[in-house]
Amino acid sequence: MKNKKRKTLSRSKAGTFVIFLFLIVVGVFMLLPIIYVLVTAFKPLNEILAYPPKFFVRNPTLSNFSDLIEITQETWIPFERSLFNSLFIAVAGTAAYIIIASMAAYPLAKNKSRYIGVYYQIVVLAILFRPEVTRTPLYIIISKLGLINTYWSLILPVLAGSFGVFLMRQFMITVPNEMLEAARVDGANEFTCFWRLVMPLVRPAWMTLTIFTFKDLWNTGESQYIYEEALKTLTAVMQSISSAGIARAGAGAAVALIMMIPPVVVFVISQSSVMETMSQTGIKG
Amino acid sequence: MSGEKRQKKKTTFKKWFRAQGASLVFLAPFTILFVLFTILPIAAAIVLSFTYFNMLSAPTFVGFDNYIRMFFDDDVFLIALKNTAIFAMITGPVSYILSFLVAWLINEFNRFVRTVLTLVFYLPSLAGNVYFVWTYIFSGDSYGLLNSILTKFGLTADAIQWLTDTKYMMAVVVVVILWLSLGTGFLSFVAGLQSMDRELFEAAAIDGVKNRFAELWYITLPQMVPQLLFGAVMQISTSFAIGYECMNLTGFPSTDYATHTMVLHILDFGQVRFEMGYACAVAVFLFAMMLIMWKVVNKLLSKWA
Repeated sequence: MKNKKRKTLSRSKAGTFVIFLFLIVVGVFMLLPIIYVLVTAFKPLNEILAYPPKFFVRNPTLSNFSDLIEITQETWIPFERSLFNSLFIAVAGTAAYIIIASMAAYPLAKNKSRYIGVYYQIVVLAILFRPEVTRTPLYIIISKLGLINTYWSLILPVLAGSFGVFLMRQFMITVPNEMLEAARVDGANEFTCFWRLVMPLVRPAWMTLTIFTFKDLWNTGESQYIYEEALKTLTAVMQSISSAGIARAGAGAAVALIMMIPPVVVFVISQSSVMETMSQTGIKG
Repeated sequence: MSGEKRQKKKTTFKKWFRAQGASLVFLAPFTILFVLFTILPIAAAIVLSFTYFNMLSAPTFVGFDNYIRMFFDDDVFLIALKNTAIFAMITGPVSYILSFLVAWLINEFNRFVRTVLTLVFYLPSLAGNVYFVWTYIFSGDSYGLLNSILTKFGLTADAIQWLTDTKYMMAVVVVVILWLSLGTGFLSFVAGLQSMDRELFEAAAIDGVKNRFAELWYITLPQMVPQLLFGAVMQISTSFAIGYECMNLTGFPSTDYATHTMVLHILDFGQVRFEMGYACAVAVFLFAMMLIMWKVVNKLLSKWA
């Protein structure tokens, strides 16, 4: 920041202290459960069953991870299979949504037609209604379309979400119209403008959307849409394990840790894109 | 209509289509999915809410019976309504204010510290289903982390059944929901505060704005209204949809329906009892509550700008 040196409002010392205290209290509350997952995942069974329970791990071990693979092999389906299901749904679904949402966002951002303006209003309003609240009518439609017990039943409702379209549209607004006009004069059609010009320019926006969509799809699977064991996702495995109580706590923490890593890594890599994109999310009342 | 006129109309439509054709092609894939899986469920819910429908035989029209039943013949619905209202009217605003407050406070730090703190506070939302870990913390047996701490300090003699005792269940869920509260809206606030006009703050300091709360009230908040509106949309969409969290923490159905919400009531009648008509009526009522909430919040916040 270039005008960092210029003085704005002076801050009182007592105020700063209170702020620090508040942030530390909230921060500890946020972090402790995550740390608990981390340490429990490496606890040997005798420490998990120790009474009274200890927060931190004494003799870290990887046995919970091998247990996890063994348990799933015996009771449900091979661990690799549910890992594959989750990965496939998350990666394929995210790629499809980035393309579909960006395509829809382009005219919503750059076409001044009145009807398109109305459509944009509907898209914003639809952010309110997530698949959780439309679950039952959605279930009727998905079962009438014969999509129960397919990957589609988990992917399609996410692809129909309007949040990503809104996000991409807000960022595409910032692409200068003069640039598009110049390209059109040079003979570029709309598809070339979109793919060669707009998409590279809005890279931060689709990086951001990648995180949100990947996170949603990666965590999906606790639904009525899939009852065939071979198609179940890691979320379903995590649910089954955690309902088995304390004896499985180690394996439960191990799968929770595995589920936590990909979204966190993606977020850390692209966090500056996220900040750049999210500053465009404001909406007019 | 004369032939000439018709001809003219046709060419203007052609013109319009040629101008808009590309836009329509771009919009088509999303629009098909959006209509099929977002608009159609809402429309279908409204229509089916006036019927009896079990998915096996055709729906039969029953008028307002489902809506009457909701309020006069279903005590569990009233519990669900009360709990959803608690999440929407109390927990929701607390989460929303907490998101803004934390974003505003970490905005004072330099870029590196701010980035680290953003990750720390966003981590629970980012980690998704990892809130399962709270079942180990609140576990009612002697292995529960919280119970063992309380016993150690002599605060309680017996293990408290946090997840099955109706006295504590709602409180436990509220704690977990607050833990999850710094989500997309929070990121929008952090980013919005960063991109604000610095000159305004300097001008305000010269004009005699005395402390940071005055600065917040008169300068920061009015500038943040667009982000605040976005945060409100996200908060409403999250708060009214709470239910699966309750299910994963306290079971389904929970003891005496203590943490039952409208989303779970819809699930219960829709996917368990297959009384789709009634489930849809509850869903329509939920949609209406969300829309009203959004209109009210929109009015209140827009006044500020």
